[in-house]
Parts: sequence; structure tokens; C-alpha cells
Amino acid sequence: MEWLHLSPDEWNAVRLSIKVSTWATVVALPFGIAIAYALARREFWGKALLNGIVHLPLILPPVVTGYLLLITFGRRGPVGSLLDQYFGIVFSFRWTGAALACGVMAFPLMVRAIRLSIEAVDKKLEAAAGTLGANPLWVFATITLPLILPGIIAGMILSFAKAMGEFGATITFVSNIPGETQTLPSAIYTFTQVPGGDLGALRLTLVSIVIAMAALVASEVLARRVSRRLDIEG
Amino acid sequence: MTLSVRIRHRQGDFLLDAAFESAGRLTALFGPSGSGKTSLINMIGGLVRPGSGRIEADGRLLVDTDARIFVPKHRRRIGYVFQDARLFPHMSVAQNLGYGRFFTPGAERYADFSGVVDLLGIGHLLTRKPASLSGGEKQRVAIGRALIASPKLILMDEPLASLDEARKAEIMPYIERLRDETKIPIVYVSHSVGEVARLATDVVVLSAGKVKASGPAADILARFDILPEEQRSEAGAMVDLTVAGQEEGFGLTVLHSAGGEWRLPRIDAPAGAKIRARVRARDVMLSLERPTGISALNVLPATIAAISMDGEPDALVSLDCGGDRLAARITRRSVEMLGLADGGEVFAVIKAVTFDRGSVGGPSRLANDLSTL
Repeated sequence: MEWLHLSPDEWNAVRLSIKVSTWATVVALPFGIAIAYALARREFWGKALLNGIVHLPLILPPVVTGYLLLITFGRRGPVGSLLDQYFGIVFSFRWTGAALACGVMAFPLMVRAIRLSIEAVDKKLEAAAGTLGANPLWVFATITLPLILPGIIAGMILSFAKAMGEFGATITFVSNIPGETQTLPSAIYTFTQVPGGDLGALRLTLVSIVIAMAALVASEVLARRVSRRLDIEG
Repeated sequence: MTLSVRIRHRQGDFLLDAAFESAGRLTALFGPSGSGKTSLINMIGGLVRPGSGRIEADGRLLVDTDARIFVPKHRRRIGYVFQDARLFPHMSVAQNLGYGRFFTPGAERYADFSGVVDLLGIGHLLTRKPASLSGGEKQRVAIGRALIASPKLILMDEPLASLDEARKAEIMPYIERLRDETKIPIVYVSHSVGEVARLATDVVVLSAGKVKASGPAADILARFDILPEEQRSEAGAMVDLTVAGQEEGFGLTVLHSAGGEWRLPRIDAPAGAKIRARVRARDVMLSLERPTGISALNVLPATIAAISMDGEPDALVSLDCGGDRLAARITRRSVEMLGLADGGEVFAVIKAVTFDRGSVGGPSRLANDLSTL
């Protein structure tokens, strides 16, 4: 079973992928909830446009998304240069850029899952909370949020899984630098490009499968715990 | 407290154009479905913004479209008991009950948690989740939840409509206690004459978006022209009675009203207790002389106040029994045969057993101090 041992570079790719996906998911979450809420509950000018932009990464070729990120968030891009100048945040060729690319690619999946769960919440319950003195913010925090928790968990798991597998946009935006931007898919891709890399590719593929399964099981356990707490079925 | 409402609101083809004032302890908005009752209390509660109009409660302006005033629902301090309870599924009964209290300013929290729990008999449910409660229990918790928020007014939108008869009978006494033992005025939406007769102190009759009549319950319910066709047979008059004592051997209760002595199926109340009961017009017979050798237990001398020939074979005779109002539904043939006319002296005969026990309201005490809550 010697062939199963990962080299330090391979371990780096695994750790980096988990870090990038976790950040992508966690940072995207508040935006995801806010946009899902706006799309599910509010009527405003440009709603169709916002909906389109959010879903764009789902239908565009990932390379196109990556390239768009490169020209806007690159060091000389309009947004990237501002962030660098005022906040010292640099995306290009950094792991943060990989996280941004993964976050953008996974965002539509997260928004969809949360939006569906918000649409399933009975607005009458929120109205009832209002008559009891809760202002809209409190209603959201004490009624809506707890009731959409299963949807949020589903959205986070989907988003995490998508981020783990993201390849096209990441490699276009931040390239494939071992230890900095080389995530699992990029590492697997690299192995397949060199002679004798099959074993390494297989090892990392197995690792990908294990992580994906673990995420799935974790989501099942969490969802069950939440629904038991909600006890809506009972 | 005075509630004053004047609303003009268009919803598709339906125009709600209603105005009423009430200072009653329990004001019933009464009318068939589609008459605009629910829209009206949704506007009082702040769930719906009226097209135009003005709503004032207890001297506080809640809505005035002319002055662009609209107090949002969470600042109205108006409790709302919905037809479908609407308990929060992710909270326990205790958490549901305490929810509104959290948002009530400390100085205005008059409701006492354990007092309300006792009043509604829900102490054994506190740790349960709403999903495991019966319909009647849910509705009691919903009433408790509204109460514990210390509201200035409580709205109830057909709180009994989704319950079966047994559950209705279970909840009614609690609403009566609420009406009699707390000072919080209640606006109660209903399409059932029985509920309104038993619970209301004041009635606003709505029909097709307009107020057809409004005033004290006894006055309104004695008018038959305003009742919906299908509930005419339920029509009756309200009589205030005082318990005189029990006739143990027969399972009867002896009561006194302004018009005389009554014997009714046993009512569990101590001597001296005030009871309000509805006597259905179809259960009242008329006789020109005091009948003798008759099985009916209640015979009261009365004067004919009015006769209305509203139905094809029927006539409705309104009676004055020494101040009590009664009504008798008899055939027009009988009116002619007996030569009945306004001002005529008759005897009203009411069988004790046909008496609608469901209509007997609990002791209608005067509003006590709030400390009983």
C-alpha cells in the first residue's frame, strides 16, 4: 500500500483545496443569504438582471468566468487595483484568487438552495411574529433564519463540493502554482500531463472521492439534526 | 377603549367601504365569508395597508392615509390570533408563549406568564413542540402567545372555524374568561350566530364590504333582517339571567330574568351568577292565555312589540317580556288565527329541553382588575 502515501506537494494540494473551498463557502454565505432573500421576497428594479448575473457562472464556460475575473480582479484590473491600493488585498496568482474563483463559480448553487428554502417559509408565520412586536430584522433572525437552516446547510455543502472541483476558472485566473494556487483538480491535471503521473493522479482522485463523501455524510448528519430540532414533520 | 375604523379599500372587484365605532369588550365582526371581515381586521392589525381611511384605537392613530400615517404592525401592540394558530414550528410552546414578551417595553408588560398559562390551562404543554399539539391546544397556545405580549387590543380571526364542535366547546370558555377577566378589548371575526351570540358584547354586521348594522349585541341579534339567510333558523334573542338555585332531583337550574322565572337544563354556576343565554326564535311558542297542563316549564307573560312577515310561511314576532327581549318564529297562519297584533298580550312558552345549551355563556362578570391576568 506504499503507493497510497501522499508526497508533501500532494498534501499541500489537498490542504489548499480544503482551505480555498472553506473560505469560498464561508465568505460567500452572507452574500448568498442576502441575495437569495432579495430574489425570493423583494420586488425591485433590475431583479431579473441580478438573477442573471448570479446565475451566469453556471452557464458560461468556466474559462470565460476565469478570464473575466482576471481582467477585473487582476492587479491591473479596475477592481483589483483598488483593492490592492486601499486594502492590500491581492487576488492574482494567490490562493485568495483561487478562493474568489471557486466562490464565484459555486455562488449560483448556494443562492438557488437558499432561495428555494426561503420560498418554502410560510410568510404567515413572519406576519404573526410581526404582530407580536418583532421588527423585520428580528423576524428574519428569529423566524426566517432558523426555518431556512436546512436550506443554508444544503447550499453550503453544494457550494463546498463545487469549489473542491472547480478547475477551469481557477487555473485561468490564478494559474497552477504548487503550494499557492495548485488545488486538487489542478494537481490531478498536472499529473496527467507528465509521463508516469498516473499513480499520483489516482491517489489524488481517491482523496477527492473521500472528501466528497465526507462532505455528503456531514451534510446528512447536520440536516437530520436540524430537522429533528425543527420537528416540523412530527 | 374605543376603536374607530373608517376604511375604503379596493381588492380587485371587491370594494370594502366600512366605518364603525365600538367601545365593547368583545366586538364581533359578523358576516358571511367574503363580506370583508378578515380584510378589515388585517387592516386594524397592520397586515394590510388600506387604500384610504383612518383607524384609531384607544386615542392612538394607527392609520390615516390623508396624513400619510401608517404604524407598522410590530409597533401597534395589537395581538392577533389567527384562524390557523400560526405557532412557530421550531420553538417549544414555552418559547412561542414568551416570544412577544421579549419585544414589549418593560414598563408596558402587564401580562403575567404563569397567570396566562393558568387562565388557558396550557401548563402541561410548555415543553412540547407545536407539531404535537391538537387543534384546540394550538389555538389556546396562540391565544396565550398574543396575551403574553401585553397587547392593547386583541384581534381574533375565526379562531374556532377550523375546529370541530368538541374543540370549539373546549375553547369558548377561555375566550369568555379572557373577555370577562381581563381589560383587553377583543375584536372577533366570525360567521357563526352561535359564537357571536355567546361571546359578543357588541356586533358589527358586514355584508358585501359594507357595514349593515352595528351596536350592542342584544340589540343587533334581536334583528332578524340582518342575519344571513342560511342562519335565520338560528336567530334568537339574548336574555340576561341570574341563577337562583339548582333543582337537584331534576337536573335543572332555576333562574330569574326581568320577565320571570326560568327552568333550564343544569348550568354549573353558583346562585347569584349572571348568565347570558340565547333563546332561539323557533323554540318559542305563543299562547293567548296562560297555558295549564302543559309540559313546557317556561311560561312568561309578554307584550308583542312587532310582527314581521319576512318568510313565506313564517312570521317573526318580537316580544317584550318585562324588559327582556324575546322573539318567536311562528307561522303566518297562527298570527292570523290568534289575531296577533302589535301591543297584544300573550304568553311565551319555551321548552327547557330544546334550549340551546351551547349558547349559554359563562358568568359575564364585569371586567376585573388586570391583576387577575
